[in-house]
Amino acid sequence: MSNIQSEVVTREQIVNEKKEIRFYNFWRDFRKKKPALISLFFILFLIITMIIGPYVVPYEPAEPDYNKVLESPTLQHIFGTDAFGRDILSRLAVGARVTLSVSISAVLLGAVVGTILGLVSGFFGKWVDRAVMRVCDVLFAFPDLILAIGIVAILGPGLNNVVIAVSFFSIPSFARIVRSATLEAKEMLFVEATRSIGASNRRIIWKHIFPETVPTIIVYFTMKVGTAILAAASLSFLGLGAEPSSPDWGAMLSKSRDYIDSSFHLVFFPGLIIFLTVLAFNLLGDGLRDVLDPKTKD
Amino acid sequence: MNDEILIDIKNVKKYFPLSKKWFAEKRYVKAVDGISFFIKKGETFGLVGESGCGKSTTGRLINGLIKVDSGEVNFKGTNLANVSEKSWKQYRKPMQMVFQDPYASLSPRMKVKDILLEPLLIHYPKMPRNEKKMLVTELLEKCGISEFHLDKYPHEFSGGQRQRIGIARSLILRPELIIADEPVSALDVSIQSQILNLMKDLQEEFGLTYLFISHDLSVVEHISDRVGVMYLGSLVEIATKQQIFEDPKHPYTQALLSSIPQPDPKKKRESVILSGEIPSASNPPSGCKFHTRCPVAMDICKEKVPELQQLDIEQNVACHLY
Repeated sequence: MSNIQSEVVTREQIVNEKKEIRFYNFWRDFRKKKPALISLFFILFLIITMIIGPYVVPYEPAEPDYNKVLESPTLQHIFGTDAFGRDILSRLAVGARVTLSVSISAVLLGAVVGTILGLVSGFFGKWVDRAVMRVCDVLFAFPDLILAIGIVAILGPGLNNVVIAVSFFSIPSFARIVRSATLEAKEMLFVEATRSIGASNRRIIWKHIFPETVPTIIVYFTMKVGTAILAAASLSFLGLGAEPSSPDWGAMLSKSRDYIDSSFHLVFFPGLIIFLTVLAFNLLGDGLRDVLDPKTKD
Repeated sequence: MNDEILIDIKNVKKYFPLSKKWFAEKRYVKAVDGISFFIKKGETFGLVGESGCGKSTTGRLINGLIKVDSGEVNFKGTNLANVSEKSWKQYRKPMQMVFQDPYASLSPRMKVKDILLEPLLIHYPKMPRNEKKMLVTELLEKCGISEFHLDKYPHEFSGGQRQRIGIARSLILRPELIIADEPVSALDVSIQSQILNLMKDLQEEFGLTYLFISHDLSVVEHISDRVGVMYLGSLVEIATKQQIFEDPKHPYTQALLSSIPQPDPKKKRESVILSGEIPSASNPPSGCKFHTRCPVAMDICKEKVPELQQLDIEQNVACHLY
């Protein structure tokens, strides 16, 4: 009796299994990409640091200690201390919050605006397409950082404006990549089939074309986060971003460059962490592209 | 079957521009070059021809997926050629399409349930949920897909099952006209007959009218009441199925028929084998478009375009022979 009962499987269970299988397939392919996998763990580690960092760091990141100014790495201060005697490890851990939230929210903003522009221009074509793409070409003509500096110069320094500036230069790249994915999806037969049913343009774009572009957007998103971290750090380095006293990675680099001859660790550790984070996001993006983008498969 | 005409197409043309350069000579692919036919309510009109002759374009012109350049598409008294993009929604509801490729015509990211619900969501947004769901289950059951499969994705089905889902989607709005664009040519032969029989059963049950587009004459013979033969954007012969298959008049129809494999080797039949390739639709031959390949071409064929003329009740031929 109990045997028979265990054979009975409800439809819900089967559906759940199907979902698990889809995720399992993704995971099976992704697991083989070792660099991407390591990067994923590194990024997860950073995100955990971002959340719990301020509560677990051994030293108060803003508290100066003038007895321990410019101390080289020791057991008490693994990454050493800065010109005010503040623990660099603690500052980096707390700074993850500022740097990552600025760059991720900037790319998110750019992705949303760029995706909408790309969908509209790819779907409607004609003059809409030409107008959007020419504006993007103009934005592409500026080097990213120059554009960002220009925008911050107009809006004034501060983290919110850094977010706007960095998102601004990621808009055209998202618009262009989503547009090409849209052009491809638009020609698919099921899109035509949906139109023949009587669906509106908005429905076709949102329900049928947008899902086709999502894998591209995810891949591009991770890659752009790396660029955005660099840009945000660069802006802070130039004094256009975070307050110099706040524990932002770029600002830390900027403040400590005067000591590069005497105290190497002051620039080394913030530089290293920026380098590793950008690298991790890029490798993760590469791995995701290999798995999610059907065109690169075998 | 009564004689009420559901859709009446008059001299419809569609030219696709070839080059968009500013000062270059304007050239066009004459995909559909002035065709006229009508479909009576409740019948199946088969449209046959070689690939590239404009059959599929004709289907899409009726449904408004491609805009008509000139001519009239009268559907129940409304000329659809003048309908604006916004009001198309109400006219698409009574005429739905079934597509050739069942692998590409269903969204890979939607469950069967959602694929079938979509037409209802578009046209009856206020219908209660369980009523919608009931309609979906009932119709799928009729098309041979059990309720058990509702939560599956299209890639989990075979080609034949997918085409059943495609047919169910086209029927859920209870249309009057189904434009079936080569609905079985992507399926293997044993499945073809299943789908054709399903379409016949559904036609009887729902009183459907079919425009059945195909290149496969035996399929058309199986399902059609009347048949139109297309060559290079023009209709060369329209007649009942019996007339087409027993007494074809146009040399092109004769050639097409003799290309059907004959299961009985003892049964000899006059075979007409066409020479040459189908000419380019961007530069069609003058006069009768078929004269370059016609075994019985005359001088007049090179100069004068033959009009579609009535030979017999229901049999119309565009040829100078008659």
